[in-house]
Amino acid sequence: MIKIEQFLQQVFNGITLGSIYALVALGYTMVYGIIKLINFAHGGIYMIGAYVGYFCMTFLKIGFFPSLLSAMTICTLLGVTIEKIAYKPLRNATRIAALITAIGVSLFIEYGTMFFVKADVRSYPALTGLLAQKFAVGGFNVSMLQVLILVITVALMFLLQITVKKTRIGKAMRAVSLDKDAAELMGINVNSTITFTFAIGSALAGAAGVLVGIYYTSINPLMGTMPGLKAFIAAVFGGIGLIPGAMIGGYFIGMVEVMVSGYGNSMYRDAVVFGILILVLIVKPAGLLGKNTREKV
Amino acid sequence: MKKLLCALLVLVTTMSFIFTGCSGNNDNVIKIGINYELSGEVASYGQASVDGIKLAVEEINKAGGINGKLIELVEYDNKSDKAEATTLATKLMTRNKVVAVLGPATSGAFKATIPVANENKIPVISGSATADDVTVDANGVKEYAFRICFNDSYQGIAMGQYALNNLSKTKAVIIMDSSSDYAKGLAKNFNEAFKAGGGSIAAEEAYVAGDTDFNAIITKIKGLDFDVIFIPGYYQEAGLIIKQAREQGIDVPILGADGFDSPVLLELAGASNLNDIYFSNHYSSLDKDPSVQSFISAFKAEFNKEPNAFNALGYDLAKFVIAGIANAEGEVTGESVKTALADTKDFVGVTGSFSIDENHNPVKAIVVIQLTDGVQSSSERVSQ
Amino acid sequence: MAGFFKKSWAVKLVSLASVFILVQLLISAGFIDSYIQATIATICINIILAVSLNLITGFTGQFSLGHAGFMSIGAYVCAIITLRIGTTGSFILGVFAGAIAAALVGFLVGLPTLRLKGDYLAIATLGLSEIIRIIFTNLKITNGAAGLSYIPRFVNWFWIFIFTVGTVLLIVNYIKSSHGRACIAIREDEIASEAMGINSTRYKVTVFTIGAFCAGIAGALYASYFYDIAPKTFGFLKSIDVLVIVVFGGLGSISGSILAAIVLALISTFLQSFSEIRMILYALMLIIIMIFRPQGLMGSKELSLSLFKKAGKLFSKKERV
Repeated sequence: MIKIEQFLQQVFNGITLGSIYALVALGYTMVYGIIKLINFAHGGIYMIGAYVGYFCMTFLKIGFFPSLLSAMTICTLLGVTIEKIAYKPLRNATRIAALITAIGVSLFIEYGTMFFVKADVRSYPALTGLLAQKFAVGGFNVSMLQVLILVITVALMFLLQITVKKTRIGKAMRAVSLDKDAAELMGINVNSTITFTFAIGSALAGAAGVLVGIYYTSINPLMGTMPGLKAFIAAVFGGIGLIPGAMIGGYFIGMVEVMVSGYGNSMYRDAVVFGILILVLIVKPAGLLGKNTREKV
Repeated sequence: MKKLLCALLVLVTTMSFIFTGCSGNNDNVIKIGINYELSGEVASYGQASVDGIKLAVEEINKAGGINGKLIELVEYDNKSDKAEATTLATKLMTRNKVVAVLGPATSGAFKATIPVANENKIPVISGSATADDVTVDANGVKEYAFRICFNDSYQGIAMGQYALNNLSKTKAVIIMDSSSDYAKGLAKNFNEAFKAGGGSIAAEEAYVAGDTDFNAIITKIKGLDFDVIFIPGYYQEAGLIIKQAREQGIDVPILGADGFDSPVLLELAGASNLNDIYFSNHYSSLDKDPSVQSFISAFKAEFNKEPNAFNALGYDLAKFVIAGIANAEGEVTGESVKTALADTKDFVGVTGSFSIDENHNPVKAIVVIQLTDGVQSSSERVSQ
Repeated sequence: MAGFFKKSWAVKLVSLASVFILVQLLISAGFIDSYIQATIATICINIILAVSLNLITGFTGQFSLGHAGFMSIGAYVCAIITLRIGTTGSFILGVFAGAIAAALVGFLVGLPTLRLKGDYLAIATLGLSEIIRIIFTNLKITNGAAGLSYIPRFVNWFWIFIFTVGTVLLIVNYIKSSHGRACIAIREDEIASEAMGINSTRYKVTVFTIGAFCAGIAGALYASYFYDIAPKTFGFLKSIDVLVIVVFGGLGSISGSILAAIVLALISTFLQSFSEIRMILYALMLIIIMIFRPQGLMGSKELSLSLFKKAGKLFSKKERV
């Protein structure tokens, strides 16, 4: 009996962690899908989101939802600025040069932030009221926060899916990611579409940052590196460039991590994640949902 | 082939170019090198130590320096990288002509600078390198290496015995930071002392520094039979582990070591979760000793926050080394400073009074602090 | 090797020897102190890493992010051997054992993963080097997270020179051979080169193995020069560092990699005095350089003596005016 409860608890832990990865992975996958760039600065934007939320809640003392919105807004602006200043001049350079720029931007964001807020961890203020509630379902504990994270994540993904599938700009995004030149010939403004993609991806990363902040309470300037990497892996796992792929990948990586810590040897947690990734890549390089395309001459 | 030659040529010429410039020496200052982790993954420890060091040096310089000379700090960032730490120690000793090098904060990087110290006959001193083999190993004492903190086995054994004897607990779970040699050393010694005293270890779990989600580990151990948890590691993760454990309803006492000492622990875990927490430390802010209280208020005035263990150790480290310089006989050189440091007796610092033993370690008492509702409710000195 | 012996090889050999002797003399005379020596060692190790990664990424077009993993294998093998035996002979043994171990791992993982393309290969190699790092963190013989300390230092200018020149020669000659041209063909168009009868998998795996071998040498030199290694030293950022050197110097330019290793080391040395904002300035430089010179310092060109001659002519003309 205890075993089943424990298992359910672990599943819930995995879903919560996976939600965060999925939100960050969405930004990676959208940017990659449209300009084939591994945007290493994405982890930095996620970190900035966490700090903006922290400052809003600690110093401005505005509530959770206004903080979430301000973090998303500021991250959107940041993402768009980065795209304009650092990536746009490299649109026609080699992809690897753009990648190095992305690494430079990521270092710049991390250490620029560290210069102002110092390296030590900061902690989010304790929550009060409804958000601090906890309840026991059957034998396992669920906090209001976990439910909130799940609800917000699903809502944001739903919004994103609608935007991409049902709106004009979504259609433009899909067109640009399929064939940039053809899209341009059809009268689509490629530049503004790319900017829009960065804006959405960054907003999601900002939201993930705030959610991580309130859930785990601890934030620091280098917090984006590892989750950023894992989120990218999640994106590759699900099939990079595909929005449902990023979600599935995010939840899968979260679940694997929790299960390895819970039932295996926690020391090898990351090794298992990377091992699975390599296996998937070898068996199905395009990722779980990706279509294997044959290369033509 | 040609390009190889050209490149080599460029290498040699640029090198001779760049490196010929040398800074002039000023007779009225004594230079001390700072080789700390100011960026990279353990930047928070380095930055905290350097804050403490700067506070101490500022106080000493305000009071007129030592022997009529002011102290000048030459500060470099080793990026939390061992090779960089070695290179910078060399640079400080051969170019900047310092008489002693403070840091690095972590044992691994500190060890990487010791051969350089022995080669140049200039002492390196760390405030927080706690690994057992830092100053002494099977090949004998490292002549030019010192530290002012107790080592991992001392703390691990002390906490193991504390759990058995003072708290009367017999079944422990260890949750350690597997990416840190500090935590591994503590875990090993706690494990041995606890078993030797008749206790048993129900489980040993691991995480890596920077993790934020410990729910999986906690859910796993919840089903086990144990009456105490030991968390060797730092406050960044320990605060979250405590929070998540208490929220999942685990209410047994939780033990830790000096890595717990930071106001951030309280912020991360929340006051209501910090009950029945015991950790070993270098000092307690409950200490009514005037030197401790004046340090705490000076630190608050300067940096507008509560000092943590790294701040206090950095502060003591600077005072300790400068006292050594003041006591150096004859001309102040690396060698005379080393002799003075080795002969230190009854140095009075914020983190306790100590003398340096023949292994270049301080002889210090350990303080075990109890937290109730997030504040220090009691502190007792434990000696072995 | 043919190119090396063909014309005026004696001149080249003599100039190499004289560079070596010049530096050796400067060291003995005390003009090059131990700090400069440490900087030279760092530069040379970075040259070995960058040149070998350039062979994989720049010349063959295979995007690898796992160089630090191979480097760590060389470092650990060499460190374990020298710590046990502790003679110069054991150091040489350690370097080669480390390099061969790295090459072996490179070969074994190269076989399946090199079927992947572009970014997928990058992520797979990144994952691989992380797995190697985690294994080293959990093994007993490598002393876990603390790593190995007090590794005896056998490396001096002589050995650094020999191994750096040796590696660069090996790779330059490989590139100039028919194998090298096959690799460049694969980079330009894999399908077309397959159609021309080039066995692309074989070449990719060979290149990957050679790259891993050289990274192993670099790791062994690193372990022996800097006394102390730990799994953290060889993290993801180390691979990125090497990649930055290669791209900064120019993909497909050996002299570019060498030049970039030197320039970046000098930038980093220069920034040491700005401890607080060092990484910020480094990041800014990286971004600016990439925006204004995305093809790297040298592009895919090589630095040669004729370039110097041209510069010399220009200079002398100016003087006359």
